[in-house]
This record gives sequence, C-alpha cells and structure tokens, in this order.
Amino acid sequence: MAVRYAVRRHRNTTATVLALVATAIGLGWLVLILGSLLWHGFSGLSLSVFTQMTPAPDSAGGLLNPIVGSLIITALAVAIGTPIGMLAGTYMAEYGRYDRASSVIRFVNDILLSAPSIVVGLFIYQVVVAPMGHFSALAGGVALAVLVIPVVVRTTEDMLRLVPNSLREAASSIGLPRYLTITNICYRAARAGMVTGVLLAVARISGETAPLLFTSLNNQFWNVNLNAPTASLPVVIFLFALSPYKEWQALAWTGALIITLAVLALSIIARTLAASKGQS
Amino acid sequence: MVDVALQSDALGSAEAATRAAVLDRLRLGDAVFRSLTRAAAFAVLLLLSGVIVSLFIGALPAIRQFGLGFLISQQWNPVSDTFGGLAPIYGTIITSFIAMLIAVPVGLMIAFFLTELCPQWLRRPIGIAIELLAGIPSIIYGIWGLFIFAPFLQQTLQPFLIDTLGNVPLIAPLFAGPPFGIGMLTAGLILAIMVLPFITSISRDVFEAVPPVLKEAAYGVGCTTWEVVRHVVLPYARVGVIGGVMLALGRALGETMAVTFVIGNAHRISASLLAPGTTISAVIANEFTEAVSTLYTSSLIELGLILFVITFVVLAIARYLLLRIERRIG
Repeated sequence: MAVRYAVRRHRNTTATVLALVATAIGLGWLVLILGSLLWHGFSGLSLSVFTQMTPAPDSAGGLLNPIVGSLIITALAVAIGTPIGMLAGTYMAEYGRYDRASSVIRFVNDILLSAPSIVVGLFIYQVVVAPMGHFSALAGGVALAVLVIPVVVRTTEDMLRLVPNSLREAASSIGLPRYLTITNICYRAARAGMVTGVLLAVARISGETAPLLFTSLNNQFWNVNLNAPTASLPVVIFLFALSPYKEWQALAWTGALIITLAVLALSIIARTLAASKGQS
Repeated sequence: MVDVALQSDALGSAEAATRAAVLDRLRLGDAVFRSLTRAAAFAVLLLLSGVIVSLFIGALPAIRQFGLGFLISQQWNPVSDTFGGLAPIYGTIITSFIAMLIAVPVGLMIAFFLTELCPQWLRRPIGIAIELLAGIPSIIYGIWGLFIFAPFLQQTLQPFLIDTLGNVPLIAPLFAGPPFGIGMLTAGLILAIMVLPFITSISRDVFEAVPPVLKEAAYGVGCTTWEVVRHVVLPYARVGVIGGVMLALGRALGETMAVTFVIGNAHRISASLLAPGTTISAVIANEFTEAVSTLYTSSLIELGLILFVITFVVLAIARYLLLRIERRIG
C-alpha cells in the first residue's frame, strides 16, 4: 500500500516539475526572442533610420520609405476593413441575432480569422493585381483589409451582444427607431470594446508580410502614390534579412524591433482598454 | 374655445404632416441601415467563396494540365514547365506534425500549471506573457530563427541528434546527414513556439470551465493534483482541448514567413528531418513573383488552393468542436 502511495506521489511530483519546466520553456522563449531582438535591433537604432531611405547594397541608409509605406497600407486596410467589419458585426448582433444566416456567417468569419494569410495574398493578386496589371499600395491595403474584417466583425459582435437589452428597450420605448438606437445607444455603450477590436486588428496586420509580397511588392524609393508598388516594413525585413549584406541585415533587425514594439504597444493599449471597460 | 380648437386642429394637421415626414425619414433610415449591415454581413460570406472561386479559376490551367498527378508528383521544374506539389505538401504536413508533437504536451502542461499549480497573483502575468508570444509577428520568428535559432541548433541539438538518435535502428534515417541548421526540424520547432500560445490559452479556458465540484470530489477521495488533472479535468475538457489543438494546427499549416526563413527551400523529399525541405506557403512566398509562365503561376495558385482547402477543413473541425464546448459552458 505504502509503495503505491509513493508511486502516486512520485508521479505527481514528476508532473509538477514537468509543468514548471514547460512554463519555463514558454516564458524563456519569449525572453530569448525579445532579448535578441532588443540586442540586435537597438544597436542599429538611430535617427537616420527614420530619416533616410532604404540604401543600395553595401551602403548606409534608413527605413523611412518602408515605414511610411507600412503606415499608408495599414491606414488603407483599416479604412476599408473597419466599416465593413463593424456593419457586418452590427447585423449579426442586432438585426440578425436570431437568424440562421448569422450563425453561418459567424462560422465562416471564425474560419477567415485564422485562414492562412498567404492565401489572402493570392486571392487579392487574382482579383486586384492581375486585372489592374501592376502591383500597388492599394492592392496591399485591400489584402490587409481582408485580414482586418474578421477581427473587427468578431469583436463588434461580441461587444454589441454585451450591451444590455434594457438599454435597447428604453430607447425603443421613447420612439427611437432601430438604427438610431444602434448608432446612438449601442455603439456608445460598446465603444471601448469596438476600439479594442480595431487596435487588435491593426496589431495583427502591422506584422503581416505574406499578403504583401505580391500585392504591394516593394519599392526602393520614396513613394506615396497609392497606385504604385510600395515598400512596407515587413517585406523589407524579409528581403534584407535574407540578403548577404551586413548593412541590410542590421536594418532588418532594427525594422523587426520597430514592428515588434509597435505591435506590443498596440496590444497593451488594447488590453488596458478592454480591462478598464470590464471593471466599469 | 372654438378658437383654440381650430388653432389646435390647424396645428395638428401641420404637425401630423411633419410627424409623418419624420417617421418616413426614420423608416427609410432604418431600412437603409438594415440593408447596409446585411450587405456587409453577406460580404463576409462572399469573401470566403471569393477566395475559393478565384483560386480555383487561377489554378485551372495547372489542374487541366497535371490533373490528380499534381498531388503525387515530386517534379518541380520551371524550365520544362512540369510541376508536381508532393514535396511542398509533404513538407507542410511534416513541419506541422513536428510542431504539434512538441506544442501539444508543452501547451497542455503550461495550462495545467496555470490552472492548478500557479499562485493566484502570478496567473495573470504568466498568462499574458504566453499570449504575447502569439502577438509577435511571424516575420520576427523568421528573422530570429534564421540568425539565432538555426545556428544554435546547428552547433548543439543537431549534432547531438545525429550522434545519438542517428545510430538507433529504424529511426536513424530521420536524423541522417550533416547539420544544416535550417531544415524541416528547425521549421517544426519554430512553428511549435508559434502555436504554443493558442493551445495554452484555449486549454486554460476550458480547464477553468471544469465545475469545481468535480475536482473537489476527486480531491476528496484522495487524488493527487496530477490525478485530478489527468482523470477529471482532461477528460471533461477533452473536446475543447482538441478544438484548440486543431486551431493551432490550422495556424501551423498556413504559417508562411517564419517557415520561409528556416526551411531551406529545397524541392525534394528527404527522409531526414534535418535536411532542407519546403512547404506550400514557403514555395508560394518565394517563387510567386518570379513565376513567369502561366503554368508556373497556376501551379503555385493550385498549391494555395490545396493549402486553403486543408486549413479550411481543419479549422472547420476546430470551430465545430469549440462551438460544442461553448454551448455546454454557456
């Protein structure tokens, strides 16, 4: 009997140790990645990174055009994706809450949420780039918008569902039509959550590379024309990191650091917003 | 009296008219807003079918040319315009398999730690830290894998594997060949880190949803913590855990940038896990802009279609399972 107890206790200890080790591995990896990113990224971080264009091989330069390009493409994606996502989420939470269609759309949306982004790139290449005949920032923006939509749909719907029905009933009882109830009451009540959703979507797309490879392509020079190929930070990192030039590789690390800091800042802001909302 | 009545009547009709006008406007607004939201919602459906249809159309030339042979041919020759997708399909499956082999036990153990062992005040910070891993863009994993992780593996883990497991009969071919650093194993390991947070956070959520009464009953009859997790929590949370694992698998299958950096991009199937290989997403990322012939482009799009169909099925199963568990909890 005592032996069996010992065996069981032993097993429990082993499992506990394994769980600790697993957690240490997970956390250790985060530290390792962030650590090496800071180490390699910071050494290249200087003002010229933000003021100069991407250099030719074997010369110094900065990341100004890809940074601006990324901002343009991200802004486009948010401008296209957010309204569609919010309206779709509104339909699913408000008008079509008990529709069969809504549950189908929710299912499809959840699949789109984790669909491979490279396939989205192929899709946009087929429907935007090929008919237009050239790569462009616009195509990149549309490709990223396809990734924004599911995130925004999901959070909008979830947040609107959290709005108590008594608010809607109160609005209806003073004669407010449905659409004003939604825009003036529900949106206002769910605002923090919906903003969180948009922030999360931006965080998600700002590091996306695969859909941009053959939509916005790359551009070595300054460009703000939406109809021309445009550099973006992730694509430049990809090209520079795989190049044999030391300067390019250093810039790739710095770019990687910038993206990661931006993404982490966005998710922390989103988290705080969501948390403060949850308390009130 | 009459005066007042007349006045109110006159006012009334004017008021009624404006009232009707306002009501009409509101009704119109409602109809417009309703159809607008409805259109947006159906646009989401359209998006999914659009992806499938456009990829299918793009893949048609390759499908016509190679037929089902595309799935079993290893040939990938842009010069002679013959393409077969077996090598990338094989690479996608093997790297994802390696990733799941590592990420599932580690992820579950972290969830076990977070729900049962960890002191309350540490749970949130550790949970957030693990989720941060999911927030790091895949290109960061790629650059880190290429410059830090692959050289590290080349010098430590891979020679070790070659010297030990490489001499064990049966599995020796899996660990044959020189340590390249980059290759299938490295890609699988990076994928494991990337999907870990998905498995952990979903498992943690479903572990936490296990009714405390069940656990208390098990503790009451003298079970150890591990026995409670192994025989009460895990069976109860099974469906949710499988859902989370499938979700992570969907991610791993479609992951592009991290893999592209470290896979080595070799169009061949080697028995050795240490050898360079390729995956569907890596092939597309590397070659799509260089593809000149229609057949080349079309073959790459067909690969994309295959990838989409595989991940679609995996993700659909994941969502179905998670939906079931949500219903049970909610």
